[in-house]
Amino acid sequence: MSYRVGQRVRVAARPHDGHHRTPEYIKGRTGHVERIHASFPNPETRAYGHDGLPEQPLYLVGFARGDVWPGDRGRDADRIYVDLFEHWLEEAE
Amino acid sequence: MTDHGHDHPHDQDHPHGPIGSDEPPPAARARALEELLVEKGVVDRDDVRRGIDWLVSRSPADGARLVAHAWVDPAFKERLLADARAAALEVGLDPGPSPVVVALENTDAVHHVVVCTLCSCYPKALLGPPPDWYKSLPYRSRAVSDPRGVLSEFGLTLDDDIEVRVVDSTADVRYLVIPRRPTGTEGMSEEELATFVTRDSMIGVAQPAAPAAVAS
Repeated sequence: MSYRVGQRVRVAARPHDGHHRTPEYIKGRTGHVERIHASFPNPETRAYGHDGLPEQPLYLVGFARGDVWPGDRGRDADRIYVDLFEHWLEEAE
Repeated sequence: MTDHGHDHPHDQDHPHGPIGSDEPPPAARARALEELLVEKGVVDRDDVRRGIDWLVSRSPADGARLVAHAWVDPAFKERLLADARAAALEVGLDPGPSPVVVALENTDAVHHVVVCTLCSCYPKALLGPPPDWYKSLPYRSRAVSDPRGVLSEFGLTLDDDIEVRVVDSTADVRYLVIPRRPTGTEGMSEEELATFVTRDSMIGVAQPAAPAAVAS
């Protein structure tokens, strides 16, 4: 596991051609690691008939709603949590 | 009327079908996919039947048992919050194929609501088949962008000092909400409490049913 609970992380903003489990709305956003779940086969290769190995650690990452949808009418202090695979995360300052 | 690009009254004969209707309905596409998978030897008919039998054997009553047990037994609630899969097994429930199941506790300060923005991931083993709205694009997109608006459309208005936590179930983990125990239920049996735990309250779009007011 490369990241620890409480650490600030940024979701990679890269485009990805093909099946992946990182929603577009969260790409490029910065949050913090809430939980480390376990490691799972990588859906990006498993979706195409491969074994998904090596497994990827899966994290629950929390974001302030106002950081994800800045400037809209919602309540900024509400939170959004997303399950994200390690290879989509980057260390944030 | 110009909703599909030309003018004519819509009660007359059309030279064309409604826009988009050339795609076969989902049931026909699912059937075609099943035929192909059987033909290629990926699944057989019994696999499909067993899968359907498993799915329809599950219902929100299973999740409700788990929640009611947590309401009356604080030590069990702690175990449920630490590892919902193990807690389900402990009370004889099948938590399903997902290796990680997470229970999220609603309190007077925090309200959780679960969505899968990418498809329809759902704790089917504990709640049965998901409702159609859970799989709909409006719910999946708006639950993350305007959760309070969505909740109010379900009839749930939360005070501003309650933090809303939307959990986007995008991968292999399944999430179940433990709603707040309704007031006026002190001393009730676990079986009685379970009747208040609705499917929607375990997704997080509603509070549990309130016990009927007792005439004094």
